[in-house]
Amino acid sequence: MADIKVSNLNLWYSDFQALINVNAHFAQKQITAMIGPSGCGKSTLLRVFNRMNDLIEGVRVGGKVIIDAENILSEKTDLVSLRKKVGMVFQRPNPFPLSIYENIAFGQRVHAENPVKFKLDEVVQDSLKSVLLWDELKDKLNKSALTLSLEQKQRLCIARLLAVKPDILLMDEPCSTLDPQATSRIEELMRELKNNYTIIIVTHNMQQAARVSDETGFMLLGELVEFGRTQDIFTSPKDKRTEDYITGRYG
Amino acid sequence: MLRHLDEELKQLHKDILRMAVFAQESIFKSIESLKNRDRYLAQEVIDTDNQIDELELSIDEKCIDLIALYQPMAKDLRYITTGMKINAELERIADIAVDISQKSLELMGKALLKPLVDIPKLSQVAQNMVRDAIDAFVKKDTQLARQVVLADAEADRLRNLVQDELVNEYLARDPKTADRAVALLLIARYLERICDHTTNIAEDVIYMVEAKVVKHHPEELS
Repeated sequence: MADIKVSNLNLWYSDFQALINVNAHFAQKQITAMIGPSGCGKSTLLRVFNRMNDLIEGVRVGGKVIIDAENILSEKTDLVSLRKKVGMVFQRPNPFPLSIYENIAFGQRVHAENPVKFKLDEVVQDSLKSVLLWDELKDKLNKSALTLSLEQKQRLCIARLLAVKPDILLMDEPCSTLDPQATSRIEELMRELKNNYTIIIVTHNMQQAARVSDETGFMLLGELVEFGRTQDIFTSPKDKRTEDYITGRYG
Repeated sequence: MLRHLDEELKQLHKDILRMAVFAQESIFKSIESLKNRDRYLAQEVIDTDNQIDELELSIDEKCIDLIALYQPMAKDLRYITTGMKINAELERIADIAVDISQKSLELMGKALLKPLVDIPKLSQVAQNMVRDAIDAFVKKDTQLARQVVLADAEADRLRNLVQDELVNEYLARDPKTADRAVALLLIARYLERICDHTTNIAEDVIYMVEAKVVKHHPEELS
C-alpha cells in the first residue's frame, strides 16, 4: 500500500505549462477522482505518477511526487519498478494479441526472475478472480484475449496489472468505451479493489466521479482548483469555478 | 444486480426507522408522564430531543449527498425525497412530545383538575396512527396509509370533545381552573397536531409508492 504526496508540481510541454504548482495528497485505500474540462491537465497529472510523460519530447517537470518515501521524479528512479508499483488502465482496453493466460502471465515473465509454471497458474487464477472474470474464462484461458467483449477486455487489463502486485492503480477514463451496465460493473469492481489499492481515476463523467470516489479534485487550466471529500465537492464546493463546472455553467 | 446506491438506501432506511422509534417513544413517554404524573419520564423526553435533532440533521445530509452523488431517478428519487419529508415530520412529532412533557411537568405541581378520559383516548389514536404510518412506510402498504389519512377525522372529533368540555365545564364556570384547563386544552391540541403530521407521512408514503399526490386532493384517496 502506498499513498502519493504531490508538492509544488509544475510541468511544461516545451513552452506550454500544463501543470501549475499542484499540491495534493492521494490517500491509500480509497478512490480519488480527478475531474475538469478537456485540456485541464488531469491526464497529464495522472501520467506523472508513473512517469509516462517521459515518453513525450520536450517535457520538463519540477516539484516533488513522493511515493514510499521516494521522490519518483528523481533521475535515480527505476522506471521499471515504478511502473510495476504504479499500474495504469487506459481509456480503450489494450490487451496484448496473446491468449488470455499469457496476457496475465506477461508481467510475471517480465518482472520475476524465474517464473515457475505452477506459480504462474496461481497468479493467473488469483488475478482473474480479483476482477470477477475467473468463472467466465477459466475454460477459455488459451483463447485470444482479442475475442473478449470490451468490458471483459477492460477487466482483463485490470487483472494484468494486479498480477504484478502494484500498490497504486491509475485509471484514465476506464469506462468511456463501455455501456452503462458494464460501467456500473467496473465501478463495483473499483469499490472492491479500493480496499487493497490506492486508486486514482480521471473521468469526464462527473456522475461517475460522484458515485465512485471518496475524494475529488477539480482541475482547470493546469491548476488544481479544489480538492476534498467527494460529497463536499458535489454539495458545497468552496471555489466558484468548481461550482460553475459541476453545475454545467463553466465556459 | 445490487447497486451501491441500494446499500446506501438500506442505511438511510435504517436511520429513518430509528427516527420513527425515537418519535414513537417520545409520544408514549410524554403521555405516560401526564397520566402517571411521572416527572422522570417527562424529563427523559425533553433530554432525548437533542439526540433526535442530531439524527434529523444527519438524515437530511445523507439524503442531499445521495441526490448529489447518485442522481437518483424515479422510485429511488421518490424514496429519498419522501424520506427527507418523513424525517422532518418525525422530528416535529418529537418536538410536540417535548411540548406535551413540559405541560405535563407544569400540571404536576397542581391539583388534578379532572380525571383524564378523552385525552388518553386521543393519545391512543395518535399513537396508533403513527405506528400504522410507519408500518405503511416500511411495508410500502398504501392501503394502510389511506386508513391513516382517514383516521385523522377521529382525532379531530376527540380534540373538539376535549375542547368543548374544558371550555364549558371549567373555563366558563371557574376562572381559577384556567391555568390547568388551558394546559389540558393545549395538550389536546398538541396530540391533534401529531395526528396531522402523521397524516402527512401517510400521504408521503402514497406518493412514494404510487407516485400519486393525495395531499390537498382527498378525491385521490379512493
